[in-house]
Amino acid sequence: MDGTQNALLVPSTTDTPLLQVTGLTRLYGARIGCADVSFDLWPGEVLGIVGESGSGKSTLLSCLAGHQRPDAGQILFDGTDVLALSEADRRRLLRGDWAYVHQNPRDGLRMGVSAGGNVGERLMGVGGRHYGRIRDTATDWLGRVEIAAERIDDRPSAFSGGMQQRLQIARNLVTGPRLVFMDEPTGGLDVSVQARLLDLLRGLVREMGLSVIIVTHDLAVVRLLADRLMVMKSGHVVEAGLTDQVLDDPQHAYTQLLVSSVLQV
Amino acid sequence: MSDDAYNFAYLDEQTKRMIRRALLKALAIPGYQVPFASREMPMPYGWGTGGVQVTAACLTPDDVLKVIDQGADDTTNAVSIRRFFQRTAGVATTESTAEATVIQTRHRIPETPLTEGQILVYQVPIPEPLRFLEPRETETRKMHELEEYGLMHVKLYEDIARHGEIATAYAYPVKVEGRYVMDPSPIPKFDNPKLSDNPAIQLFGAGRESRIYALPPYTQVVSLDFEDHPFRASKADHACDLCGAAESYLDEVITDDAGSRMFVCSDTDFCTGRQAAGHRGRLSPLSKEIA
Ligand SMILES: Nc1ncnc2c1ncn2[C@@H]1O[C@H](COP(=O)(O)OP(=O)(O)OP(=O)(O)O)[C@@H](O)[C@H]1O
Ligand SMILES: [Mg+2]
Repeated sequence: MDGTQNALLVPSTTDTPLLQVTGLTRLYGARIGCADVSFDLWPGEVLGIVGESGSGKSTLLSCLAGHQRPDAGQILFDGTDVLALSEADRRRLLRGDWAYVHQNPRDGLRMGVSAGGNVGERLMGVGGRHYGRIRDTATDWLGRVEIAAERIDDRPSAFSGGMQQRLQIARNLVTGPRLVFMDEPTGGLDVSVQARLLDLLRGLVREMGLSVIIVTHDLAVVRLLADRLMVMKSGHVVEAGLTDQVLDDPQHAYTQLLVSSVLQV
Repeated sequence: MSDDAYNFAYLDEQTKRMIRRALLKALAIPGYQVPFASREMPMPYGWGTGGVQVTAACLTPDDVLKVIDQGADDTTNAVSIRRFFQRTAGVATTESTAEATVIQTRHRIPETPLTEGQILVYQVPIPEPLRFLEPRETETRKMHELEEYGLMHVKLYEDIARHGEIATAYAYPVKVEGRYVMDPSPIPKFDNPKLSDNPAIQLFGAGRESRIYALPPYTQVVSLDFEDHPFRASKADHACDLCGAAESYLDEVITDDAGSRMFVCSDTDFCTGRQAAGHRGRLSPLSKEIA
């Protein structure tokens, strides 16, 4: 692969968490976005964050991914204090070791750039300067997300919603990020398209051993993808544990409601 | 004689000082776009008001000014700007590159190599090379600050994907001293190598966008490319039909209704100089007195 010189941080050993979050709080004035959230994410683990609309899932994810600054708390990535990084180092992290899949593919794609250019951007962003190799890698990645190679020079505006989302995923995974954030990656898609995307995501997660934090209000998504689950309500984590345990034997009354699908949107 | 109704070179001294401060800053940080308070000039924006303001701030009464438009001294645009400074500054003007101390240009670098002490002022329509793919000004500034230039290569990638080669022929992006990516203004990429290691001072003025940037003498300027699609300073594969020059940038001219074509140097001073020295091209008049 072309120029993956994104070893900004010391490589991890597997006996330390990839991400350690403590006391993360984000307020919008008097309103709570998320409050006092703590958890560890281990390498190769998929963590699902579920909760009803307005429970603080997106707020938490965007604080974790560095899109907004928390009011309190600490985030250690591979032992490095992310909130203390310079903006340059933080943005380098976002371009290399981290990836962010937006709910709306339009927010995560360059609509005026071809599919190949979209996938190649991160490679070029970390120093890739060989056109042929960039194109080969892009072609390979289009295949991995089930987009025909002959579409490589088409713009995403000519793609269906499901294809756009798959393209966004390819664009994010092409540099082999160590941590992937996803906010409702299957939201806004038809049910049949959702199922296919989920299968694809599950395959990639397994194959690449990805570490993922995925936000969703769809319990089927976390059932399929997540090793562990955090349930949020009014900005707080009310329950956390192994996915099957939490879903099959929910302890908190709110989780019980959620699982019985009373609160599902 | 200059017109007494104006201050020397039209702009008042305070404005010129402000522009000179921006120029000094631009020279101190080669390739960096310095904002300045662009003034209304008595000509439309498309006529290079950025370049005109920079020239006005640089001119001294002893200067000899040359103005070219696409290499020619005699287009309406070039003639108007030259007249403007004749009237407002009373400076001497010339069509000779070698004799000029200040050269204002639109879209070309003269063929005759520039020398120490000369100033080349470029008229710039769009100073931001990243604009094409990232319209947000706050974001492009951040990208320059943090040297996030991957996007520049996305543009070149798109070129190759669509045309099989880097089709960008004008305003071909460059990296200055290994730091800032810069738009060299819409000069043909043929001229890009002349940007680098040039003994002259090169100043760039964008009037509508209120930006100035600069290359001090002998600055290293590298055209962006891919390892497997290296930059090439291409030109039409012909020699000049008037002076026979094989290494100058050529304009294609349709000469009659039947579509006959000829190729002539875009730099008219260079071409007439060569003809005066006895060089001949394919379509040169044979008799000496016509040349
Ligand atoms: N920019 C903002 N300004 C003010 N309040 C906000 C802002 N963004 C979110 N909030 C509030 O913070 C709380 C958490 O919102 P958030 O968007 O994180 O919830 P969510 O769980 O992602 O919801 P959804 O499932 O609808 O996406 C809500 O009360 C919301 O109104
Ligand atoms: Mg949300």
